[in-house]
Amino acid sequence: MVPIQHYLILSATLFFIGAVGVLSRRNAIIVFMSIELMLNSVNLTLVAFSAFLGDATGQMLVFFAMTVAAAEAAVGLAIIIALFRKKQTVNLDEMNILKW
Amino acid sequence: MISFAPYIVIVPFIGFLVLGLFGWKLKSERTIGLIGSGTVGFSFILALTIFFQMLGAGPESRKHFIECFTWISASTGTASSLNVSVAYQIDQLSILMTLVVTGVGFLIHAYSIGYMHGDPGFARFFAYMNLFIFAMLNLVLANNFLLMFLGWEGVGLCSYLLIGFWYEKKIAGDAAKKAFVVNRIGDFGFILGMLLIFKTFGSLNFEAVFNSASILTAGSPTLFWITILLFVGATGKSAQIPLYVWLPDAMAGPTPVSALIHAATMVTAGVYMVARCSILFALAPATLHIVAIVGLATAIFAATIGLAQNDIKKVLAYSTISQLGYMFLAMGVAAFSAGIFHLMTHAFFKALLFLGSGAVIHAMHDEQDIQKMGGLKKYLPTTYKTFLIGAIAIAGIPPFAGFFSKDEILWKAFSNEHGSPILWAVGLVGAALTAFYMFRLVSLTFEGEERFDRARLHPHEAPKSMTVPLVVLALLSIVGGLIGIPHFSMFERWLDPVFAAAQIKLMESEQGSLTLESVLMAVSVLVAAAGVLAARKLYNERKDLAESYAVRYKKLYSLLVNKYFVDEAYETVVVNPISKGSEAFLWRFFDVRVIDGAVNGSARLIATIAQGLRKVQTGVVQSYAVVFVGGILMIVTWLVLK
Repeated sequence: MVPIQHYLILSATLFFIGAVGVLSRRNAIIVFMSIELMLNSVNLTLVAFSAFLGDATGQMLVFFAMTVAAAEAAVGLAIIIALFRKKQTVNLDEMNILKW
Repeated sequence: MISFAPYIVIVPFIGFLVLGLFGWKLKSERTIGLIGSGTVGFSFILALTIFFQMLGAGPESRKHFIECFTWISASTGTASSLNVSVAYQIDQLSILMTLVVTGVGFLIHAYSIGYMHGDPGFARFFAYMNLFIFAMLNLVLANNFLLMFLGWEGVGLCSYLLIGFWYEKKIAGDAAKKAFVVNRIGDFGFILGMLLIFKTFGSLNFEAVFNSASILTAGSPTLFWITILLFVGATGKSAQIPLYVWLPDAMAGPTPVSALIHAATMVTAGVYMVARCSILFALAPATLHIVAIVGLATAIFAATIGLAQNDIKKVLAYSTISQLGYMFLAMGVAAFSAGIFHLMTHAFFKALLFLGSGAVIHAMHDEQDIQKMGGLKKYLPTTYKTFLIGAIAIAGIPPFAGFFSKDEILWKAFSNEHGSPILWAVGLVGAALTAFYMFRLVSLTFEGEERFDRARLHPHEAPKSMTVPLVVLALLSIVGGLIGIPHFSMFERWLDPVFAAAQIKLMESEQGSLTLESVLMAVSVLVAAAGVLAARKLYNERKDLAESYAVRYKKLYSLLVNKYFVDEAYETVVVNPISKGSEAFLWRFFDVRVIDGAVNGSARLIATIAQGLRKVQTGVVQSYAVVFVGGILMIVTWLVLK
């Protein structure tokens, strides 16, 4: 059996990659994908702990999280399409009107 | 009847309330005039009844106090506490003043019905006039300094309101403001004097103050300051040097106002106040000298200005200032009853002269320049005759009223211990000047050739409501002096008890004999007659001579025409520095820099900080996320290391 530490290290690595992607990438779709990556790394942690502790609650939670994430992905992509229609780009540097 | 005395005061106030609140609803001038003059007439009748009752009583039982209610009751923490009542003192002096105020006031109210006919502010006028009578009666009937001060301020307010009655004219508004401000300077002295009295005597009640003063000896510095401060108040209200400047300007008000407030009653308040406090002034001989000198200086000064004025009301205004100077001269030589006597006769003939001038102005359609009049006696016979009587009375020709009162003052100025022949001589010159400028006025206005445009102007006699008061006042100006014939003076005997305490302090003994008195009397009559004749000669027959004098003594003449440039001097010395200083320091520096600077500065400080801080908000969500991540990292670090 793979020890829990490996799952956690993988999950942290995925989360870190996702976080760096959110902060550094300029393409809205990549950023969106990075967010999904972070979400799934958390899901992975939950599932790992669930198996480790022999408690199904964590897996239940992950199902819910994935359902919500599916809905969120639909909404997020819709926003990106709306943005693209408006500005003919998905470059986040162009989306800077949220200020004084 | 005495107990009804408060109604003398209250009834005009009710008149004010009715006219002030509902006057605009009353369409008929008749009703308004009836209310306005009726209330004053009622007060007069009531005062007259009380007067006769006092006449019937013995001299010792003529003083009454009527307490209405407690006004202020405050413990000051010291032995004395401030207890002031609204209480009235009816005695020989105050009833006399009440009779003058309500009697002359009633005649002037009646006159105003005709004079103010058709004015859009008819009801407002009578409301103010009634309020004035209320305040003036409080002033003369009060039994304590504070209530007197209430009246004192009240008449000042009414004076302001009535001078500025035609407020749409800038000159009237300016004059009203000037009168108010100058009076405030005097009032400040009055307040300080009052405070000093309270500090010294522990009371503001006349009776208490005068009783505790009467055991003091003369010459204490406190009493000097008290009386000087009170006198400063009097110079403001009674238009003496150096605060007289407001009175000539006050002529911008309607003529009945000039007659009532700026000739007969309000301006005599200072004289009344000095007379009321005679015991205090008697204890401060130094102040008495100052009062006499200021009074005499004013009398001469104003009389000389009166010589060269061409506005009919201005001449009368300077004449009023001059006559008030005589009253203060009387006060200053401790001839209190002579001063009050002159106050009374002056109220008659000066009210008459003003009302007469009002009739002239009315007839000439608001022309006030006497150089553009002349020959009016043909058109205004009643006005001419009554005006002439007033002029004779003020000039001091026997047996008219002014002769007795003015001669009494001059004689006392000569013979009293506080007087001196110099005071008499200067006063005599003033009397000659008075006779001269009054008859100059008569000649230029009513006699000689007609200098107005006859095609445009059709002078006509005033209506009955205006001429009847003139006739009544003319009669009073003729016979009013007879109650004060020297040595048989009912007037002096009547007032003696009021001034007895002061006279004891002064130990005044009349020097000089009956012969001397007669000689001096003859001299003053001759001088007055000379003044009259000179004026008539100069302005009726040899007008060219008068003009050539004006040219020959051009400098002197322009000095007089320009009123010695006193207004200009005050403008330069007092008004300009204050207004310039206010502009440069208070406005441009303190208000703009300090006050606005503090307000704007704090706003600008916040704005500067915010200017820096707003750089944080880039609008790029990712940079917010960086901060967000950094924050989380810090929290996590803190949690781990804790």
